[in-house]
Amino acid sequence: MVADTFELAGVQYRSRLIVGTGKYADFEQTRLAVEASGAEIVTVAVRRVNITDAGKPNLLDHLDLKKLTILPNTAGCYTAEDAVRTCRLAREAGVGKLVKLEVIGDEKTLFPDVPATLEAARQLVADGFDVLPYVTDDPVACRKLEDMGCKAVMPLAAPIGSGLGIRNPYNIRIIVEQSSVPVIVDAGVGTASDAALALELGCDAVLMNTAIAGAKDPLLMAMAMKLGVEAGRAAYRAGRIAKRLHASASSPITDLIG
Amino acid sequence: MRVQINGEESDVDAGATIADLVARLGLGGRRVAVELNRDVVSADAWSTTSLRSGDVLEIVHFVGGG
Repeated sequence: MVADTFELAGVQYRSRLIVGTGKYADFEQTRLAVEASGAEIVTVAVRRVNITDAGKPNLLDHLDLKKLTILPNTAGCYTAEDAVRTCRLAREAGVGKLVKLEVIGDEKTLFPDVPATLEAARQLVADGFDVLPYVTDDPVACRKLEDMGCKAVMPLAAPIGSGLGIRNPYNIRIIVEQSSVPVIVDAGVGTASDAALALELGCDAVLMNTAIAGAKDPLLMAMAMKLGVEAGRAAYRAGRIAKRLHASASSPITDLIG
Repeated sequence: MRVQINGEESDVDAGATIADLVARLGLGGRRVAVELNRDVVSADAWSTTSLRSGDVLEIVHFVGGG
């Protein structure tokens, strides 16, 4: 059987689960959760060094950089300019040219500022970055991002950290249908069935952080998400039955006892 | 002379380079990136980039995030 991998910016990945590294109790728990999730790509944020206490251990000291692709994000950026600056700093810190672009437009919902996201994506693509944009579940915005050269589109399932699951599976299906680049559901997943649904809808991968880090048992939830993603992907490939209103007996309807 | 590092006013020696500053802060060999007056300075230019009074620096690293 041909390995069921997905290609992102020219690299083949076996795991379709991308995980964040925020909100964990400590670096050791982060490391164990990443390991349990089976993820090969992990997101990180870019922040100021505390210059009065600069020698402290760093997250990256605890991650296996030989096995993992590090995906810096622009979380917390509210303008295209800040997002572009953050990406340039991330690239200079030496983890490659892959970036998760997010330009936030609203503090309460953390919904993306789509025009600013498009503008930042344009600049970053021109500057040689492999851009993975977090975006509203809007097929038109996703198409524009793909057309300008983004390496994937990452529509949200629901607000970041909300755990509400996929609020608009029909839009996600339309985005999957129209896209030639990978579609990665990013943000809003709450539990394993949400992750499975993303893959059942035909998405290439799913990205999450809070759903794992915020669970009572993050390591067990990391494993659950791994299985959910695998189950959803297998179901998608298997081809589900059509939904029907009435029953269709599973047992023979002939040769019943008299 | 006075420069601003990560939003805080700080004293550095006249003629100090970015490499000097990074070493003084204990960040030598760490995975950090430096922006000087809103432009990224690549690590191989740190030792030839002298700071001037009033410069604004950002020194960043990676932390947990989603």
